[in-house]
Amino acid sequence: MSVILDISKIDMVFDTPKGPFTALKEVDLKIQKGEFVSLIGHSGCGKSTVLNVVAGLYQASRGGVILNGREVSEPGPERAVVFQNHSLLPWLTAYQNVELAVKQVFGKTKSKAEIRDWVEHNLTLVHMDHAMHKRPDEISGGMKQRVGIARALSMQPDILLMDEPFGALDALTRAHMQDSLMEIQNDLNNTVIMITHDVDEAVLLSDRIVMMTNGPAATIGEILDITLERPRDRLGLAEDPEYTHLRSEVLKFLYEKQRKVEPIRQKKTIKPGAGKRDAASAA
Amino acid sequence: MTTAIALFRKLEGQFELPRSAKQFINSFVRNAAVPFVGIVVFLMLWSFAAQNIETSLGNFPGPGTVWEQFGSLYDEHVAEREKEAEFYERQEERNAKRLAQDPTYEAKIRAYTGKETFLDQIVTSLITVMSGFLLAAVVAIPLGIAIGLSRTLNTAVNPIIQIFKPVSPLAWLPLVTMVVSALYVTPEPLVPKSFLNSMITVTLCCLWPMAINTSVGVASIDSNLVNVSRVLRLPALKHVQKIVIPASIPMIFTGMRLSLGIAWMVLIAAEMLAQNPGLGKFVWDEFQNGSSDSLGRIMSAVVVIGFIGFLLDRGMLQLQRLVSWDKASASR
Repeated sequence: MSVILDISKIDMVFDTPKGPFTALKEVDLKIQKGEFVSLIGHSGCGKSTVLNVVAGLYQASRGGVILNGREVSEPGPERAVVFQNHSLLPWLTAYQNVELAVKQVFGKTKSKAEIRDWVEHNLTLVHMDHAMHKRPDEISGGMKQRVGIARALSMQPDILLMDEPFGALDALTRAHMQDSLMEIQNDLNNTVIMITHDVDEAVLLSDRIVMMTNGPAATIGEILDITLERPRDRLGLAEDPEYTHLRSEVLKFLYEKQRKVEPIRQKKTIKPGAGKRDAASAA
Repeated sequence: MTTAIALFRKLEGQFELPRSAKQFINSFVRNAAVPFVGIVVFLMLWSFAAQNIETSLGNFPGPGTVWEQFGSLYDEHVAEREKEAEFYERQEERNAKRLAQDPTYEAKIRAYTGKETFLDQIVTSLITVMSGFLLAAVVAIPLGIAIGLSRTLNTAVNPIIQIFKPVSPLAWLPLVTMVVSALYVTPEPLVPKSFLNSMITVTLCCLWPMAINTSVGVASIDSNLVNVSRVLRLPALKHVQKIVIPASIPMIFTGMRLSLGIAWMVLIAAEMLAQNPGLGKFVWDEFQNGSSDSLGRIMSAVVVIGFIGFLLDRGMLQLQRLVSWDKASASR
């Protein structure tokens, strides 16, 4: 396997009214083609910042991101993003939302019929073919996120970036979505970076879990290889001693080594610019 | 005993209204009966107050007088139209006769120059307000989008807008009048100067609310949607077309409704002040006329002005419902 993405010693410093704030310090990570990597860490540790730098929505203050041998300088469809709050355009139907992306990426290479087939194919992939022509406000949160994933997949990205894709969903819907994602991943074998704060989700889905230290100046603390056999089954794994062991490794990192001491008086999280809607939703 | 209960149930079942009928009655009471009662009470109060206000032109007009005046205003309109038709008929006859005597004669058609009726004035005012409003929309909406997109432009333009916004457009009226008569000099004017004066005054007052609301709508687009556009690498024009305009449609409409409401108020005042044709001129002429009917006719105009203003707002709301994806913002 070859390295597709090289996050090369990035620092991220934000200018705030109180002076520069170092969010990330020397984050260094190489990702193989077809690998599923989870970023996990306490809220406010800069997971989203890493993802936004890879997406090109932020520019790293030092270091850089190299995708397929070329440095990333701006956002682009080869690094498709699945946003936490789905970010579908509310005035377009599910079909039109995906179509907008497909037309933009393949408008010059695909014919009209091919575009239609490709949009429908991707919506079928996420099991949304029955509600293709509904608008976001007419479908449930899980379905919206499915459309968001279909939109990202339809761009045929080199790497798929998912920012807490299931964070806003209830536990049952989330489990269902995880299974769907594994199924899709089985077929397409995409390279994926997913941000999560759900330990079970990370262990279940990932090939590697990248655990981040607390900010400021957050960086990669430990990397855990998940060698569990694929396809993985949620119920079977629950009894698996290796699964339990891996899970407790992550928990140990989060709650012993990087225990977050929350001050009683809530400190304002410094997170300028885009990304999450508000810091509270990440807590 | 049991039979009695059964009988009672049966009776109850027979007399109980179906659910849909109950709902219908409820909604009828809420949506029609209550406003109706409100209007009746208002008319009674009005009528009572009118009887007790004595002016030099007779009693203040009550609902009955206004109703009569509506009738006579309409009759005058019909009479005027008949006169006009007769005028053209006579003219045609005369021309035909002269043409019969002298085949080389080139027939001249003279336009009828009768007095504008109340209905004509309504039409004039409506055309003026809509033209001024549309002209303002053509300028203000693109301007608002540009201001909303560029923080620099916003910083540059905002002070100017904030200073001009509170200026009553009537203060502009003398300037507009002079500029129009200086610049608009054609031997065959397409539209009368007075129309241009009123229209530009309306435009000036519509510009600011539309530009401000549009720019606020554009500036407050969800940053995630902007990120979607960036990831897709939408070109600037497509970004505006696919993301910015649909996202800010609700705010654009808020601005348009505000503007249209102000425009209608300002237009009437401008027409009164500048003696430009329209409902405002009608009111002023009647006031100057000072007949015993004048107050009644003015009051009729007041009712009509209010009614048209209401219809204009409803019209914009309907348009918004038709165009906007966000039905919630179009419900008020």
